[in-house]
Amino acid sequence: MITLIPRQSASTGWQIATPVMAVLATMVTGGLLFALLGHDPVAAIRTIFWDPLFGPAASYSRPQLLIKAAPLILIASGLAIGFRAGIWNIGAEGQYIIGGLTGAAVALALYPLEAWWLFPLMVAAGLAGGWAWGMIPAMLRNWFGASEILVSLMLVYVAQRIAAWMAFGPMRNPDGMGFPGSRNLQQYPSAANPELIAGTGAHWGVVAAAAAVLATWFLMSRHIRGFHIRAAGTAPRAARFAGVRPQTLVAFCLGLSGALAGAAGLFEVAGPAGQVTDKLGVGYGFTAIIVAFLGRLHPVGILLAGLLLALTYIGGELAQLTMSLPAATVQVFQGMLLFFLLGFDVLTRYQIRRRRTA
Amino acid sequence: MRSKQVKDLTKGTELTDMPVFRAKGLGKSYPGVRANDDVSFHVMPGEIHALLGENGAGKSTLVKMIYGLVRPDDGQMWLGDGAHAPSDPRVARTAGVAMVFQHFSLFDALTVAENIALGMENPPPRRELSARITKVSHDFGLPLNPARRIVTLSAGERQRVEIIRCLLQNPRLLIMDEPTSVLTPQEAELLFATLRKLAAAGTAILYISHKLDEIRSHCDRATILRHGKVVDSCDPRAHSARDLAAMMVGGQMRQIDRSGRQPGAVLLEVRALSQPAPNAEGTALKDIALTLRAGEILGIGGVAGNGQEELLAALSGEVRSTPGTVTLEGADLSATGPEPRRVAGLLSAPEDRLGHAAVPDFSLTENTLLTAGSRKSLVRGGLIDHKAARDYALAVIEGFDVRTPGPHVAARALSGGNLQKFVIGREVMQNPRVLVVNQPTWGVDAGAAASVRQSLLDLARQGAGVIVISQDLDELLELSDRFCALNEGRLSPPVPTDGLTLDRIGLMLGGAHGMEEAHL
Repeated sequence: MITLIPRQSASTGWQIATPVMAVLATMVTGGLLFALLGHDPVAAIRTIFWDPLFGPAASYSRPQLLIKAAPLILIASGLAIGFRAGIWNIGAEGQYIIGGLTGAAVALALYPLEAWWLFPLMVAAGLAGGWAWGMIPAMLRNWFGASEILVSLMLVYVAQRIAAWMAFGPMRNPDGMGFPGSRNLQQYPSAANPELIAGTGAHWGVVAAAAAVLATWFLMSRHIRGFHIRAAGTAPRAARFAGVRPQTLVAFCLGLSGALAGAAGLFEVAGPAGQVTDKLGVGYGFTAIIVAFLGRLHPVGILLAGLLLALTYIGGELAQLTMSLPAATVQVFQGMLLFFLLGFDVLTRYQIRRRRTA
Repeated sequence: MRSKQVKDLTKGTELTDMPVFRAKGLGKSYPGVRANDDVSFHVMPGEIHALLGENGAGKSTLVKMIYGLVRPDDGQMWLGDGAHAPSDPRVARTAGVAMVFQHFSLFDALTVAENIALGMENPPPRRELSARITKVSHDFGLPLNPARRIVTLSAGERQRVEIIRCLLQNPRLLIMDEPTSVLTPQEAELLFATLRKLAAAGTAILYISHKLDEIRSHCDRATILRHGKVVDSCDPRAHSARDLAAMMVGGQMRQIDRSGRQPGAVLLEVRALSQPAPNAEGTALKDIALTLRAGEILGIGGVAGNGQEELLAALSGEVRSTPGTVTLEGADLSATGPEPRRVAGLLSAPEDRLGHAAVPDFSLTENTLLTAGSRKSLVRGGLIDHKAARDYALAVIEGFDVRTPGPHVAARALSGGNLQKFVIGREVMQNPRVLVVNQPTWGVDAGAAASVRQSLLDLARQGAGVIVISQDLDELLELSDRFCALNEGRLSPPVPTDGLTLDRIGLMLGGAHGMEEAHL
């Protein structure tokens, strides 16, 4: 019989090793899955994890890496702070959509004004929109004790309906000949979020993601607020004793993660997506949850995990094109990754011992 | 003081009658504490036998051994004429031992009958079971409808479910762990009527309590435990509550040195402090008033769960109160949180070391940041000075003789006594104006307890005010200048500790309110 013995303290070695093991296990299981579907498993894995960076079409797909990783890292940085405090914002997808809408609304309202301050104002509006959407579950939890998990998740679907309404209604491009979707912000110079260095895919969202990684690292390791957040996550009573008001912490964590998700939405709408459509949300908000956990809720880990998950997006698309693998491949891979990570996580907190049964 | 009559308790007093249960030389040790030592006693059929003792006297460990939850280190037990060494509660139940716990284990959403069936090894068909429940509840005067859902029952009715669950096993020995703590007086009377009937039918009952009144009026025999040992055995009806209290807390006062302390100006003043219970298990604070002078130690005694945690939370600032209720040197702190109170000089150390006074997974260095950030300048402008925090942790480790490899060690890796020294030291070395501590030496070995107490005395000598909330009466007498009892969220007026006898303290805490008991 196998028994699990709790460790005195979580093993640092395993904390680093388990994400790597989870990635490897995902590759092996994914390969098996492809073999069962009748594909060459080695070729499929190579198509997903290798070709986007070093394959024949890499010059096209490489810039995509930063474009996809930026929103993931930006959102996950905010989520990780709440997760450290035991505050579970599952609705970053909704905050992302609302942030995109409020940011775009500023540009669409001021069109065709050209001014240097327009884009910063849009970023502020995106931050504010995401923040406000995140404050709804925060206030409902503080005032009525409602679960922020359920409320934030359900608000995703509300946000999706609002996005559809906007795309078909108030924000529809008046010059669009009846097609749904707003004006293309990429063609509106003051509002566009352009590629900053040609060929890299780096736009302002990439800069923001890098800043978020640095800022959250600073907050969590150097600032007393970060210390309180970590204390609240592992020993809530001790945090209260230190002087933390749980309500303040809930509002701070949901507000911050909402704002960062909102900014990510704005960068996407003004940049790679270009316009408000009913398909504004593409799942970054959900995938960022995996990024946060795969990255061990640590800024550097999130940076690496964000890049890896971005790779599965691009690789998955590539596999669809070249090997006609099903579109669900990406989700299956991301799901397996989280599944294996949580499974292997047992090793960080427990030792496995074999015991003979009497 | 009554002379002690230590008898050979292993021999039955009535030779015609065989004891239902006998224990001889039972012992059990936990790391750092001898919970039971050479415990011998017996329970006769039809007897309601009280196990009397303070919290931590070893009552719970003893009954856990009888019920098979804990294995004794040494000694023997007999049930009837057979040896009793249960490996788990199931074996104990089969042998005829039943136990009603202080905390119920019932499923709220299920009915009475369903709950009872869940606890049985081979439950009979539901209809038959319901009939048996109705019969037993009728026979023993415990009105209960088997079809009712638990969620609709009062605490007393829930206890009846537990009792009937036990009675259906036809136990030879029924153990009841502080059963009246959750009951109204009327429910308690009903319970005792039932116990009388059970005893009349020949069941032996082991009754755990520290309520002197009910033991005196309802129990046939009492075995008194102190510090894990049997100190006496008597007929409680033949003694006053005063005598029982003296036996329970120990005979003599300890000679202590309170020199060098001069009561100064009033530092802390609490007026008309009332708080609703924070949750279902909590206790409401009712109209608390106290004053604390510089250089003074105020002792607050009471049985656990009478508002100790709530009082500490109201003083530490974890729970805020109405304006004017908590003032420190004239400044109203009622509406402020813990951090502004620390800045003002009001510090505290809660009872629960792991998870309340310290974060278990954090290092000792990080744990200094929990309370010492402002007063020790470990945090400036929101930024943590890790080096200063480490230096302060080292200073506490050195100043309070905390045995640990270093400040990088996680709090949970320290022994209880060492962590307590760290927690107390972290507060004391901040030079508070007022320090409030709850159970400062709970579960701490004697050496560490002495050094913690010494540090509190030294702090008061330097002119600070100290409030010690404790269940350890010896500790309160040793430290405090004035003594208050906390009972069901009410704080008694202070009594000077000089000239205060232990039996009077016992009466203040034991539920016999005031001095009314003296007339009995």
